[in-house]
Amino acid sequence: MVNGLNLAFQFLDSFAFIVLAAAGLAIIFGIMGVINLAHGEFILVGAYATTLAVTGLSVPLPVAMLVGAVVTAAFGLVVERTVISGAVPNRLWARLEPPLSATLPDQAAALLPGTPLVEPLYDRLADSMVATFGLSLVMVQGARIVFGNSIDQVATPLGELSYGAFSYSAYRVVLAGVSVAVLALVYYVFAYTDYGMRARAVIQDDRTARAMGVDTERTYAATFAFGSGLAGFTGALFAPLVSMQPTLGGQFLVEAFVAVVVGGASVVVGTVLSAGVLGAVEASVTNYFDSQTFGRIALLLAAILALRFLPGGITGYIERLRTRRREDR
Amino acid sequence: MATASTDGALASLRTRFEGPNTVGNSRGFWVAFLVAVAGLVVYPAFGDAGQLSLFLVLALLGLSLSVVWGYAGVLSFGQVVFFGVGGYTFGVVSINHATPSGITAAVVLGVVGGGLVAALMGYFMFYGGVRDVYVTIITLVSTMVMHTFMAQTAGSEWAIGDAALGGFNGMPAIPLLALGVDEVFTLQLVRNTVELSAPLVGAVEFDLFYYFVVGVLVSTYLGLRALVNSDYGRVMVAVREDEDRTRMFGYDVKRVKLVVFTLGGALAGLSGVLYASRNIFIDPQVFGLTFATLPVIWVSVGGRTSLLGAVVATVAVEYLRVTIQGEWALVVLGVLLLVFILALPGGLVPWFEGLRERFRGNRADVPGEAPDAPTEVTDS
Repeated sequence: MVNGLNLAFQFLDSFAFIVLAAAGLAIIFGIMGVINLAHGEFILVGAYATTLAVTGLSVPLPVAMLVGAVVTAAFGLVVERTVISGAVPNRLWARLEPPLSATLPDQAAALLPGTPLVEPLYDRLADSMVATFGLSLVMVQGARIVFGNSIDQVATPLGELSYGAFSYSAYRVVLAGVSVAVLALVYYVFAYTDYGMRARAVIQDDRTARAMGVDTERTYAATFAFGSGLAGFTGALFAPLVSMQPTLGGQFLVEAFVAVVVGGASVVVGTVLSAGVLGAVEASVTNYFDSQTFGRIALLLAAILALRFLPGGITGYIERLRTRRREDR
Repeated sequence: MATASTDGALASLRTRFEGPNTVGNSRGFWVAFLVAVAGLVVYPAFGDAGQLSLFLVLALLGLSLSVVWGYAGVLSFGQVVFFGVGGYTFGVVSINHATPSGITAAVVLGVVGGGLVAALMGYFMFYGGVRDVYVTIITLVSTMVMHTFMAQTAGSEWAIGDAALGGFNGMPAIPLLALGVDEVFTLQLVRNTVELSAPLVGAVEFDLFYYFVVGVLVSTYLGLRALVNSDYGRVMVAVREDEDRTRMFGYDVKRVKLVVFTLGGALAGLSGVLYASRNIFIDPQVFGLTFATLPVIWVSVGGRTSLLGAVVATVAVEYLRVTIQGEWALVVLGVLLLVFILALPGGLVPWFEGLRERFRGNRADVPGEAPDAPTEVTDS
């Protein structure tokens, strides 16, 4: 029997999960063209930071969640400077290279790499994928070495909502609201702030933006840190719900990519729409067959069909409809 | 006089395998190649042939991605789908017909299965106008579909004939690989060592499966070299470099991509068949995210536009993955990948080739540095 309330809760659950998983990635992948396979591990950083802040420092949970987001943003900034943009290794090499090539014999010095040692990974899809996969290996295993195979979990706050013979975690319902708030925040930042305008300018044409006086390097770094912070916040929100293992990030990764790509170029609207569609598919199939597995398979197949028939994503399709209507007029 | 004519024959043979699309167009390369093959032949006397045979099987998977991605410009995570379909098909057919004829048919069906799934997916994508990163994501999602689906096939209702798919526990007890026709000629390849007495060394044991894999790998490598240096190979590279322009020249870009994708699928299927028959086992891990990413890593480390790089890097990365023991193994591997992709974005083999050219003082065309590889993949 299809229970309407169950279905509604399942939908809210899927929707919140997809939106929150995708939020940080939508910015990093959708805007910077970096396929971040370590996205799940950024969520891991947020989840661990939150949990450790609560259990170790006995900070209240909402504050700990902000701590998780800030820690992950800082971590993201470090990753951006060292790996994604390569600014730190480049600066080190620029200082190291002249004395080194002076001391070495000419032929060996000729073999040394040139001064911009590392090219930034922006818009280099495959390379960014390999690099971030390496990063994710290091992070998962590093977390395992430092914290062991699991850490103590924070209890789920807010108790249960009960209705009829069923009960449902109130916290999961709140998450759906939070996911909408997160999207609103992202929309506000990119649409109405100075930083958002600079970021959009850099995305559209970074050379022109630079010529107009935008510090593109700083904008990229800030964007990556912002995306990482959102990923960390997702981890913080899910810290009371998922089991705290080093591999917890893996379950977010695929849904995140699917949602971002199905959404299309317009990050916020696209993520809402794709999370709505995919969440509805997952929830109804899960409910109908009473099987999470079939729900997930249906979600993935829906994503494949969406990519095949709406090559520009959902927002690309809407854009096309709008231009057609304008032309008809 | 005899040497002159063999030289001529060799030279005309060499031209089939040489061209601008592969490194190693010199006499020195072929000498080194023969030395390397000879090294593979004598390797079992010194090391663990069983382990190396696994790496060589995976090198076939690496080659399949190198052709699809490095030469036709289609970045596919789906190679493991075709790999797994090949392996599972081989398992199902051979369990149901556990005679040498049946197993030989299972090998063929595994390869055909991999190619068929690739052809269907390729038709669905390329003829539907899906391009670039969307192809990558669709193939990635398809591995997840397979992983999620196969992982829940634990129940007894998920069986094909006598072969239970086994869910997460995988499919054990796959019959030992044997080739031939029943009651005419059969040859068991796995778990079969043949003893031959050789002069000076005495009795020598040969692990037949290892030599079979070496033979398959070397002939696949040479075959692909001939392909990418043929006229068709030039069209493939043209598609990689600029799809729209190639279409303007009158080539059927969609068909080229479909053909190459199908070939890559069949090759991945062959690799999967050999993987399943070497381990006598296959499980849904082959569709998992980690395993799906590995071919991309091998090919990136080796150099995506180099078939040789795919083979060398597969063996090297897998060797590292297996041999670095303890909890730091994955950390070391991760750092290596990071350093490699940052410092040598073109990959190992093109970089090495570039160094060699530079040493010779001919700086004019350094293959590894000439085209800016990353943009080729992304721009449309």
